[in-house]
Amino acid sequence: MTCSLYIHRKTPFPLFEINILETNEQQLLEISRETGVGLNLQEMKAVQEYFRKRKRNPTDVELQTIGQTWSEHCCHKTFKGKIKFYGKEIDSLFKTYISKATEEINPSWCFSVFEDNAGIIHFDKDYGIAVKVETHNHPSAIEPFGGAATGVGGVIRDVLGVWANPIACTDVLGFGPLDYDYEKLPSGVKHPKYVYMGVVAGIGSYGNNMGIPTVNGAIYFDESYVGNVVVYCGCIGLLPLKKFRRNAKLGDVIILAGGKTGRDGIHGVTFASAELTEKSEEISRPAVQIANPIEEEKLKRAIIEIRDLEFASAITDLGGGGLSSALGETAKRFGYGAVVELEKVPLKYPGLAPWEIYVSESQERMLLAVPNENLARVLEAFEKEDVEASAIGKLTTDRVLRIYYKGEKVAELDIPFLFEPPKITRTAEYKPRNLEDRKFPEPANLTETLMQLLSSPNITSKESIVRTYDHEVKGNTVLKPLHGEYGGPNDAAVIKPLEDSWKGIAVSCGMNPDYGKIDAYWMAASVIDEAIRNNVAVGGRRIALLDNFTWGNPERPERLGSLVKACEACYDFATAFRTPFISGKDSLYNESPLGPITPTLLITALGIVPDIRSAVSMDVKAPKNIIYIVGQTFKELGGSEYYKLKGFLGNTVPKVRSNRAIKTFKAITEAIDLGLVKACHDLSEGGLAVAAAEIAFAGGHGMELDLQKVPREALNRNDFVLFSESNSRFLVEVSEKTREDFEDLMKEKVYAELGRVTKTPRVCIYGLDGEVVVDASVSELLVSWKRTLCSGV
Amino acid sequence: MKREEIRVCVLRVGGTNCDAETERSFEELGVKAEIVHVNELVKRGSLLEYSVLVFPGGFSYGDYVRAGAIWAKLILAKLGKELKAFVDENRLILGICNGFQVLVEAGLLPGFEGISPYPEAALATNFPPGYNCRWVYIKHENNGKCAFTGKIPKGKILRMPVAHSEGRFIFAKERDKQCLEKLYENDQLVFRYCDKNGEYAESRFPTNPNGSFHDIVSICNPEGTIFGLMPHPERAFHWWQQLDWTRQERMPQYGDGKLIFESLIEYLTKKF
Repeated sequence: MTCSLYIHRKTPFPLFEINILETNEQQLLEISRETGVGLNLQEMKAVQEYFRKRKRNPTDVELQTIGQTWSEHCCHKTFKGKIKFYGKEIDSLFKTYISKATEEINPSWCFSVFEDNAGIIHFDKDYGIAVKVETHNHPSAIEPFGGAATGVGGVIRDVLGVWANPIACTDVLGFGPLDYDYEKLPSGVKHPKYVYMGVVAGIGSYGNNMGIPTVNGAIYFDESYVGNVVVYCGCIGLLPLKKFRRNAKLGDVIILAGGKTGRDGIHGVTFASAELTEKSEEISRPAVQIANPIEEEKLKRAIIEIRDLEFASAITDLGGGGLSSALGETAKRFGYGAVVELEKVPLKYPGLAPWEIYVSESQERMLLAVPNENLARVLEAFEKEDVEASAIGKLTTDRVLRIYYKGEKVAELDIPFLFEPPKITRTAEYKPRNLEDRKFPEPANLTETLMQLLSSPNITSKESIVRTYDHEVKGNTVLKPLHGEYGGPNDAAVIKPLEDSWKGIAVSCGMNPDYGKIDAYWMAASVIDEAIRNNVAVGGRRIALLDNFTWGNPERPERLGSLVKACEACYDFATAFRTPFISGKDSLYNESPLGPITPTLLITALGIVPDIRSAVSMDVKAPKNIIYIVGQTFKELGGSEYYKLKGFLGNTVPKVRSNRAIKTFKAITEAIDLGLVKACHDLSEGGLAVAAAEIAFAGGHGMELDLQKVPREALNRNDFVLFSESNSRFLVEVSEKTREDFEDLMKEKVYAELGRVTKTPRVCIYGLDGEVVVDASVSELLVSWKRTLCSGV
Repeated sequence: MKREEIRVCVLRVGGTNCDAETERSFEELGVKAEIVHVNELVKRGSLLEYSVLVFPGGFSYGDYVRAGAIWAKLILAKLGKELKAFVDENRLILGICNGFQVLVEAGLLPGFEGISPYPEAALATNFPPGYNCRWVYIKHENNGKCAFTGKIPKGKILRMPVAHSEGRFIFAKERDKQCLEKLYENDQLVFRYCDKNGEYAESRFPTNPNGSFHDIVSICNPEGTIFGLMPHPERAFHWWQQLDWTRQERMPQYGDGKLIFESLIEYLTKKF
């Protein structure tokens, strides 16, 4: 460290003033680097200007507080900043595309969106559903188990942070190929297999220990995830809306409750807003927190009791940025200031500097504002659950944050300054890649191709992972992730959260990074369609969406350009489908020595099932029933699993024709409500053939299908009809008895009768010239589907 | 004892997480159940006000050391005397999953000679290792001693989900034959893992999901009043909780788990 830049104040504990008033640009950057605050020159200059006006140097606590609050992770500079894009200036991606879609749709059932840690929508009988999906990529790359576990813990606290009781978790993961060559692994990058084992164990450990069922998820494999694992953790909570409190008043006491504070998770947000390098492990290991799910379980119980008794006036969780972020945001939200005494924060061990206490991201902590008259009762509620809670400060009248440590004032910052970071302007560009569909002859043995597809990493059964997550705890899981005896992949999970109501929640997701390699816009459109159609397939409607972006460094115009295109599609298709965004999160700077991550958009969909007794599973039910295909098939194999098998990406990425899709979705919903649908499964990776195989082996029956009948456009090859991944399509099983009712409903929609369920357990598909092109026993198909990750399960 | 007089204590501690659905199962049958924190029960000294004590599933104290070990020691230390009286009066104790682990760690099960000062059996880490959440078939083996299965005919096959990583029931290797004989002799064996046709798993995974000795799912004490099982009857109470309810043409109103709760209620209403 350069000594002249830091002056030790004469205190019995470590406290430095940073000599910022007289420093030049180079020194400003040096300070930013040495203190690890991660601010750029423009931001450091803003800090300098602020303190020059006050004619004093900042303390380390102050500089660190600013660094945390202004990090990409905490204030989403890219999503809220300005972007120059081919002569157009976009003022905030978030406002222009994401929240604008919600404002335009303006659904009456949104209770609170984009305001708190989690979005809240109405559910049933005065209950609301709170939901949030988080990213925890960076920590999981350094320490897979701890990173993933604290990802789950963090998102559960987000839900607790709006007074909701967590009732289900979701997780969507992306790993490098598990057979990745060790020789190719750069120094500092962990092998995908190691990361995979750790992440899966971490997720299971937290959710299982807390007793929250993990009901939905997905796993993708992609080369770009070798250096940058993708970990999305979601949580759904339930709250009586009348008990929602957000009315902190002047003088309310600030309570810190839960785990003790230690040095784990220092600079987590700064680390999350930077690229991963060879040295990340060494430098940033302390940025990963340590998980203790039992602590959070106890914390949850106390908080729910305090909620029900209406003792507190506000709540928020401690996540990225620790106290600095939670406290600053609470004060800002209610237009107050705050005074805090840091020595009142319970520590894991002595010796922490004040700034470390203030920015530590130690887990399982929540912040509450409590009117003075309720203080004793709140502390008692925590004590009853063996949870430590301390009053550490209170809300004050002026909008200033004052922090003391053992009588010494260690920080005094204006809150408006803290939340008005210099707005950044970035430049974006987008050039479609020059790709084309290769020509190759139709394979002679399409049965073999289907088997290979079923075994491919993105399609193969994830049963060996799903079974390590408790998806039954709480006893409310109506449609489980693995359906029936053979563990077929349900399109969405359905839970029944209220004892005295048949209403259910359908949870589904959509993600397809491969499409994004061709076209970011159509990738985003496709995953929105996928998330919605998965939800529709089980009987979900009134769908709300969550967006989670994992992208590379936004300071590089081409990375930002694809982000802009994806956001455009988010707006276009959310408004078209009238499915508002209610919450979201972005993780940028996903770059490693192996390069940038494949842009990965996860869309989570939350639908309502009016009566869970009519929910539909994907497995075929009985021989002789009719199998219909609903929706049009196009020559859309770009980014498909089939082309991947053939060794190339292609260009014909699936598009979304929203007008037609809306009609299809509506018809499926009506058919389900009329009880006409015995089974329903969406067509996605691997297309018609994979979907047909899945519903067959999940039900233990065979089927005979005829490709000639598939409604299609410009398709004259069996393989293309079988494996095209066109959006908005379903396979539907209908009993002969209700054929007419179903066909009446489908009038003027694109659909066709493809064939029937058979007693003989073989899937037999006739090709365009009437010859058999696929013929396999259901058990062979099941074995192929399970062999990659689940041998022995 | 009338149904309305039965009082069930669903005990919990930090890390217990199946208390709500367990309580719900009793309430559904018109029996008064109450979720009580151990701290509260110790403070009130009110264990003997209850007719049934339930240790529900979860990860008590994080299941550090061994699953259930810490909670078991805590109970013995803080409630030992009352608990002994509770057992001596033949009141009912049910342990589900983590609760079963607690009962074994506390020496209440198998309880060949009453409460044992040290564990006589163990619920060891699964083989194959790892957490496993799945539905299993179990076959009723009890000849009538067990107070929790009176409504279930011997040989009946039930379905319930398991979700645990430490459920492999074992005795000390050198004594396992002898202990097994005792279990049979005392009519303490209650359920064994089997396939859907009733054939015993013979340790085959996943029919036997954890490698349990002799495919043992569940046992009771020689008096039949203390009962532990790894599967979760409270998650198999309603028809819509079952894994294949969408496949059934005519669905029974309830799942098999309900039989456990009904049996113990019937036992209490008849016996006391």
